[in-house]
Amino acid sequence: MNWSLFFDLTVSGLTLGSLYALIALGYSMVYGILKLLNFAHGDVYMIGAFIGWFALHGLGGPISPDVGAWIVTVLMFLAAMVGCGVLGVVIERFAYRPLRNAPRIAPLISALGVSFFLQNSALLLFGAAFRDYDSFDLIGSRTRHVGQVYYATPQILTVCGAIALMVVLTLIVARTTVGKAMRATSFDREAAAMMGIDVDRVISVTFFLGSALAGAAGVMFGLVFGQIYHYMGFIAGLKGFTAAVIGGIGSIPGAMLGGLVVGLLESYATGYLPQGSTFQNLYVFAVLIAVILVRPSGLLGRAAIQKV
Amino acid sequence: MVDLPSPADRPDEPRVGTDEWVASHGERTARRTGVTGFIARVWDRLPPFGRLAVFVVPTAFLPFLMSEENLTRYALYTLFYALMGLGLNVVVGYAGLLDLGYIAFVGFGAYGYGILASPQFGNHFQAELAIPAVAIATAVLGLLVGLPSRRLVGDYLAIVTLFFGQAFVVFVNNANRIDFPHFGHVDLTGGANGLSDIYPPNFFGYEINSTRRYFYFVLAAFALVLTALYFANESRTGRAWRALREDPLAAETMTVPVNRLKLLAFAFGAGLAGFTGAIYGSFQTGAFPGDYDVGLLITIYAVVILGGTGSLAGVALGAIIINCAPELLRSEHNASLLFYGVILLTILGKVRPWRVLGVFLGGLVAFGFAVHAIADAAWPRLTAAHAHSTGFLKGPIEDWVLLPRHPVKIADYGYVILIAAILLVTRLDGWRRLVALVPTVYLGAFVWENLLITQTAGATRLILLGALLVALMNARPQGLLGTARVEIV
Repeated sequence: MNWSLFFDLTVSGLTLGSLYALIALGYSMVYGILKLLNFAHGDVYMIGAFIGWFALHGLGGPISPDVGAWIVTVLMFLAAMVGCGVLGVVIERFAYRPLRNAPRIAPLISALGVSFFLQNSALLLFGAAFRDYDSFDLIGSRTRHVGQVYYATPQILTVCGAIALMVVLTLIVARTTVGKAMRATSFDREAAAMMGIDVDRVISVTFFLGSALAGAAGVMFGLVFGQIYHYMGFIAGLKGFTAAVIGGIGSIPGAMLGGLVVGLLESYATGYLPQGSTFQNLYVFAVLIAVILVRPSGLLGRAAIQKV
Repeated sequence: MVDLPSPADRPDEPRVGTDEWVASHGERTARRTGVTGFIARVWDRLPPFGRLAVFVVPTAFLPFLMSEENLTRYALYTLFYALMGLGLNVVVGYAGLLDLGYIAFVGFGAYGYGILASPQFGNHFQAELAIPAVAIATAVLGLLVGLPSRRLVGDYLAIVTLFFGQAFVVFVNNANRIDFPHFGHVDLTGGANGLSDIYPPNFFGYEINSTRRYFYFVLAAFALVLTALYFANESRTGRAWRALREDPLAAETMTVPVNRLKLLAFAFGAGLAGFTGAIYGSFQTGAFPGDYDVGLLITIYAVVILGGTGSLAGVALGAIIINCAPELLRSEHNASLLFYGVILLTILGKVRPWRVLGVFLGGLVAFGFAVHAIADAAWPRLTAAHAHSTGFLKGPIEDWVLLPRHPVKIADYGYVILIAAILLVTRLDGWRRLVALVPTVYLGAFVWENLLITQTAGATRLILLGALLVALMNARPQGLLGTARVEIV
């Protein structure tokens, strides 16, 4: 067995998986509370990548930044996360909240409309050309290695950053009052409202957190892969959603696990399966179908008990 | 008359002590007045075939009124969208299954017909054989894709079918270089170049080879499908589908065979999609991977949802709006007329009483001229450019809207501020909303003239479509002609 290829694929799979996991978390949290497929989530991620790019160029550009490169990176993440968080809250407030008691399909169509709107607004404002993060100039992309495992700075940054964000999210959900309210709301919205939980506020916080994670993922994508464009959100959103479903939608550890599974799968498919780089999405799809058929509620999801 | 408790002042708060269904009884039974009420009453009294005739007969005269190009752009594509919408309506509107891979079935139909009647494999089957064969094959494929839907409740089905649609696009994009185990190398779909030179349909020797013939052919197909769906909807199966859509669990306890009906709806919708796809592919004389991607899917969804899911007349209306509005937007002049026309009509229709409307319009005009005059005096560069709008709009626009010489940056900021302003206006009410609306409309005109109009063929159309979907769902979640569902807990 060619171990160095295996390690390369693992590293790139983990990187991709971290991105997918961050996107999947937003899907999963929103679905857990609202039972809504937020199709605009992938486009929020795209906007995050663009906010990061503008922050980078607002701070002097990648070659000669005004402040230290690492500070610039942190500021890019902050800008993208706050910007996307606010965007998510606004989207929820205006496109989903009025439809909370409408038939199930109405918010879904509204979400499609938001997705269209964001994507084409980005096309209108930022143009169709690719924009480059030039992370090579900013934080360097020298390849380091531990034994046979080779990795570049942006990749290790992505994986560690994703883990840190997930730890923070887990702490928020597990330890804080608002986290407790989120869990209660996702368990039973009406009962939570009757217990005096401000459900609207909890949903806003959920959208803020989920969208902020997507924004961070957007900046990470820019740092690792360099090029961002207005259409990047669609396929990433699809993968993120797949990850959420595989892991068990509504479950936070499930989203993380699902993200890693999808990322690694895609990476190994590219390396090992016949015509993998062309058909990687089909292989991911096949696994998705298999998982849903065997465990309809996902790897870590709980089977829903239907109450009448 | 029972004295019902009056509705709460704030409609989003639950009305304690009153069932919602009971509380809105008055609204539902009230006769709608005015022109719309008259039309609605006449429409309700028409027999089904009379309703069909209302659509088909005037449409049949269109070829005598339009040029060939306009007939294709406006009439023929509307009919195609309506046909695709009818198939989707079976799956989404009747059975309530969220099928996001629907367009792949249309694509499958187009490719299937292309394989049976194009130089790719040297086949040239008669249309009376090929089209039914393709429709049946697509229905079988629909059955296969639908099989997992037995386990897939609601949104899971959505994601599986969405992925199926993506998989279809990837497949046809790459199926020119697959090595099959027994046949060796087969170029099945032409890859990224697609199938080209698909033969026009040929019925018993009668070739459909002109735009007019296509138009009548598609119109006939539309009338046929509409009739078939009408009877399907009124049948026992149709009632069972609707029961399934409203509440699968309740339907199941009433011994409705839920799984079988879901599969049936899925396959039936897919078959219709294949039928439409075969005709569509032959009309386009080719099948290309990019044609059957998410863009078309969302368009067809918009058709069905806009008209109102489950309503046949709604699908036709939705197709007319969704196809004709963006087509009109393609030319800058028409786009401007449509843009200003819709804004003006909305204001005329929504702002009441009349004297408020007069003050509002007067204020709007005066505001624009004032801003323009101040800018002209202080920074002449802001009014230096010429308007994109042509015709009688050009003069007033140039005197009213700011047209900076280099509008790129400032219009971008204007666009973002405009979105914020529109969202803000929806949160205000009473006179505050009217006052805030004046600068918002002016800003809208500014952004339109300086930014949006330059991209009417591309981003603008889709931005407006997206905004339309969100706004419509907020205003009427059940669609234009749909009936509101009653949620009884």
